[in-house]
Amino acid sequence: MLDATGIPTKEDLERVFPTEERLMQGPTVIVECYQNIPCNPCYTVCRTGAIKEFADINDLPTVDHSLCNGCSLCVSNCPGLAISILDMTYSEDEALLKIPYELIPLPKPNQIVKGLDREGVEVTDVKVIKVIDSKALDKTPIIAIAVKKQYAKIIRSIRLEE
Amino acid sequence: MIPVEILVIGGGPAGLCAAVQAAEMGSKVLIVDRNNTLGGQLVKQTHMFFGSEKQYASTRGFDIANILLDKIDKMKNVEIMRKATVLAIYEDGVVSLEHKDKYIKIKPKAIVVATGASEKNLAFPNNDLPGIYGAGAVQTLMNEYGVKPGNRVLMIGAGNIGLIVSYQLIQAGVRVEAIVEAAPTIGGYLVHASKVRRMGVPILTGYSIKEAYGTDSLESAAIWKLDENWRGIPGTEKKLNVDVICISVGLSPLSELLWQAGCQMKYIHELGGFVPVRDTNLHSSVKGLFVAGDVAGVEEASSAMVEGYIAGMSAAAYLGYKLYNMKLVKEDLMNQLDSLRHGPVGEKIRRGISNLTIEHEAAASVDAL
Repeated sequence: MLDATGIPTKEDLERVFPTEERLMQGPTVIVECYQNIPCNPCYTVCRTGAIKEFADINDLPTVDHSLCNGCSLCVSNCPGLAISILDMTYSEDEALLKIPYELIPLPKPNQIVKGLDREGVEVTDVKVIKVIDSKALDKTPIIAIAVKKQYAKIIRSIRLEE
Repeated sequence: MIPVEILVIGGGPAGLCAAVQAAEMGSKVLIVDRNNTLGGQLVKQTHMFFGSEKQYASTRGFDIANILLDKIDKMKNVEIMRKATVLAIYEDGVVSLEHKDKYIKIKPKAIVVATGASEKNLAFPNNDLPGIYGAGAVQTLMNEYGVKPGNRVLMIGAGNIGLIVSYQLIQAGVRVEAIVEAAPTIGGYLVHASKVRRMGVPILTGYSIKEAYGTDSLESAAIWKLDENWRGIPGTEKKLNVDVICISVGLSPLSELLWQAGCQMKYIHELGGFVPVRDTNLHSSVKGLFVAGDVAGVEEASSAMVEGYIAGMSAAAYLGYKLYNMKLVKEDLMNQLDSLRHGPVGEKIRRGISNLTIEHEAAASVDAL
């Protein structure tokens, strides 16, 4: 499916999402990397040891979610823009999702934007909390959005109102 | 006749790395490139590269070009000739080129051919309408000259170039109506596919273009579903209102100079067409002529860079230059190539190269040390 459409299936996603128990403990990384390609910057940039060293550079990343503190360094370092950070403890009914975003104009904090799923379909409105565009991110800004918890695993992109 | 030690033809990722390595070993290098700026296709690559740190993973292509050019800038034994088109390699080793409207002959002691590849075209009715481009041309327009190619694009081909250029088009504010791919699956990296898909671009596998329409320029296009024999199925046509069609159906090695030099060539489908047979040091069947990058087989830029280092090292060693730890450096480069090609995506590259490698007497120059 994924290799015919570019859309990960439910099963694909289940393989990379941490347990519900882990998600309730605070921010952690979601690495949507499903294909064995020669690439390892997520490991080389990881400072907490959560993303394990690759035995073969073509391996899929191995993540120890108990070591990840959601620092986001890997988000803008992944050449495939395949990494996001999900914090299900953000508020009573909202999760905080940090995604890479390489379009201009950038959204502004507090702006309401469209939340898109992995097919690019508008699902619900989301609120931009923070826009990080430091030099260290090297032109891959990170947008933190507050998402209603039931959509936290569905939203993966945003679209600004035209 | 200008005497030259090592002539590097082509200043893309492979050629630049070949020059760096050969110069580090002490040889004098001349890089010739037909463009005004060096870097080859790197200069248009705005995305981060894959691979490992050794191939500048996570760094953007144009930044990699600058890193390599900065390195070369600091080397006193590398000369660069821009806007110089190599016209011929003769059997006596003389190379002729056109530079500033002058016909120049040079006599190198060794040559690294790193001419890259050119885009394949696709035959369909009205494919000569203005508005129909190769993906590389669209990249040049957008990323080098800042010119928007149009407003609504149909991308043909879901290999890495098709997917990456689609993403860049969206970044430039252009709408990509669809990406069609004749094969049943996406050829490029799936992370690139997912990236454009979640921005709303449909990727239609098992689809191709039927026909383009327009009077003075492209106005629309019809796509249709393909059967298992890759023939269009009547009745499945969809019409798309597009003013740009971008063709990205693969590359073939730019190997004319190798043919002319008398290199033994072999047709290897997996590597994009006719490619030179060579030994593991990238020494071709012609003594003193080395190859690197897409001209030796179409692959990723990361492997082109590693091949460049290897070819540069082999050329310098062929002339007697040494490096105190040459064996170690070479081993590391070989390991890098192996690991880049080790995965399932590299499988066809490995298959292709295994049909191509020759034992070479002259190859001993690197290994003997």
